[in-house]
Amino acid sequence: MADTYTIISPENLVYKKTDLLLDNVMHYCPGCSHGTVHKLIAEVIDEMGIQESTIGIAPVGCSVLAYNYIDIDWQEAAHGRAPALATAVKRLMPDKIVFSYQGDGDLAAIGTAETIHACNRGENIVMVFINNGIYGMTGGQMAPTTLPGMPASTCPTGRDVKRDGNPLKITELLAQLPGTCFVTRHSVHTPGNVRKTKKALRKAFENQLANKGTSLVEVVSTCSSGWKMTPVQSNKWMEENMLPYYPLGDIKDE
Amino acid sequence: MRELKLMKGNEAIAQAAIRCGADGYFGYPITPQSEIMETLMAEAPWDTTGMVVLQAESEIASINMVYGGAGCGKKVMTSSSSPGISLMQEGLTYLAGSELPCVVVNVVRGGPGLGTIQPAQSDYFQAVKGGGHGDYKLITLAPASVQEMADFVEIAFDLAFKYRNPAMILSDGVIGQMMEKVELAEQKPRWTMEYIEKNHTWATTGKKKGQERRVITSVQLESSVQEEFNFKLQAKYREIEKNEVLYEKIMCDDAEYLFVAYGSSARICQKAIEIARSKGIKAGMLRPITLYPFPIQQLQELAKQVKGMLSVEMSAGQMVEDVRLAVNGKVPVEHYGRFGGTIHSPNEVVEALEQKLIGG
Repeated sequence: MADTYTIISPENLVYKKTDLLLDNVMHYCPGCSHGTVHKLIAEVIDEMGIQESTIGIAPVGCSVLAYNYIDIDWQEAAHGRAPALATAVKRLMPDKIVFSYQGDGDLAAIGTAETIHACNRGENIVMVFINNGIYGMTGGQMAPTTLPGMPASTCPTGRDVKRDGNPLKITELLAQLPGTCFVTRHSVHTPGNVRKTKKALRKAFENQLANKGTSLVEVVSTCSSGWKMTPVQSNKWMEENMLPYYPLGDIKDE
Repeated sequence: MRELKLMKGNEAIAQAAIRCGADGYFGYPITPQSEIMETLMAEAPWDTTGMVVLQAESEIASINMVYGGAGCGKKVMTSSSSPGISLMQEGLTYLAGSELPCVVVNVVRGGPGLGTIQPAQSDYFQAVKGGGHGDYKLITLAPASVQEMADFVEIAFDLAFKYRNPAMILSDGVIGQMMEKVELAEQKPRWTMEYIEKNHTWATTGKKKGQERRVITSVQLESSVQEEFNFKLQAKYREIEKNEVLYEKIMCDDAEYLFVAYGSSARICQKAIEIARSKGIKAGMLRPITLYPFPIQQLQELAKQVKGMLSVEMSAGQMVEDVRLAVNGKVPVEHYGRFGGTIHSPNEVVEALEQKLIGG
């Protein structure tokens, strides 16, 4: 058997973590999708060679500290306001690449107006939307995307659609707007899905280089802590419950 | 020879913004200041200087667009009137907490609530005490003429960038709507990206090779770090208070009674001084030009000379509290002012002086 030092040689290298994904210890819980999506964004920026021109807009939510993990310039927005920041950054520096990274509470509740109007103006930006159907950071409260009957700390017996309304399919809604060019929904719970999500992210950034308008990549995600499940249970629950309501695939591609 | 034009205060703000080389304006219509964005849109500066002008979906969006632009080291501004400025308070505290420079114009109207579209000065507390949550201050300039509306745009930008802090031009519906002659400054070029990258080493302009990534944020999860940051902010405010007080003294040399007034109330008080003096009352005025920092020292010196001070404001009495704090009981300080969109006349001001301070 070859010793380890022989195996670890450049010609045997099949995968290397991108340098853009920093070595800072992530604060995300085990089983959380954020880490994977961060890695994919870092890889796409690295592979496209746009590190020096990319500016990320971080949200309020679990990914408020996203700027600790990807080695680019960042601005941290007030809750829900990332699309407004991204609008100004892109318009004032049109040769830069700008993306927002937002959770469901940020993008689809408190920031609904900013989201819809940025998309409606067709701002030439990428919006990455992490939809795990719960408020992770504040401790598991109901989100605009919490499923009917799904328990959360502010709907302990489950979301009652008569009381709380139905989960908001904001991605489908945004696809209706002429300003969006690419609206797609993915997940990162299997290696195959991770690859598809990466491809979608790459396309979204390429759309921006081609001045095509707003690209929105939703990633249906897990929140093991908020859902009170193990990571394995979370993936299974997401597949059985979230994906039927939030089906994967391109909703719009122009 | 420089250009002399007749225009509204609101139009002067817009013209001055273009001419001082502003990079961006983001706003939402509200009376009595909509001429600012209307003038900018009519001037189409994107074709000349490259300035971006965008109508946002709300004041919340416009102040956050300002945050995004300011974070890139750009000269960006917004304007609104009282109810819209209330909506911007979230953005303003984030701007202060992230140490971002910008200019915000408030053409004040009567409140509370939706209030009236008529002029008022009842947003003084909101402007000079912070307005949003947390310990922060806005550098606050109070123009009293259309000329000052124009001149203060560049001064506000200069102060905002010097201290990396939002600056507010606290105007009112009178100054915004009235027409006066104004001498506009020469057109200055906008900053180049090279200039911004060299001088604003905090701005997110894209991480260059070998350069640390830049992060614009106001979140400090460690309370000790947050406290340290607050000490730094407070030290900055003490510097501003030491260096940047602006005021005007009118007929103060022999004054026995002092009006303290800013903005359109200061214009009214100029006439009130004439009327008072014709009646044999030696009146003068201290006009704070910066409301934050407030001319505390100047008021303390005048307190040694005068018999009383009348804070004249179109509010139920806001600046009067700062005048009282400044003079600390040395002389009587009273308030007079009409409010809720009503403007006091010079005669009413003189009568108030006679009744409240001189006595029968």
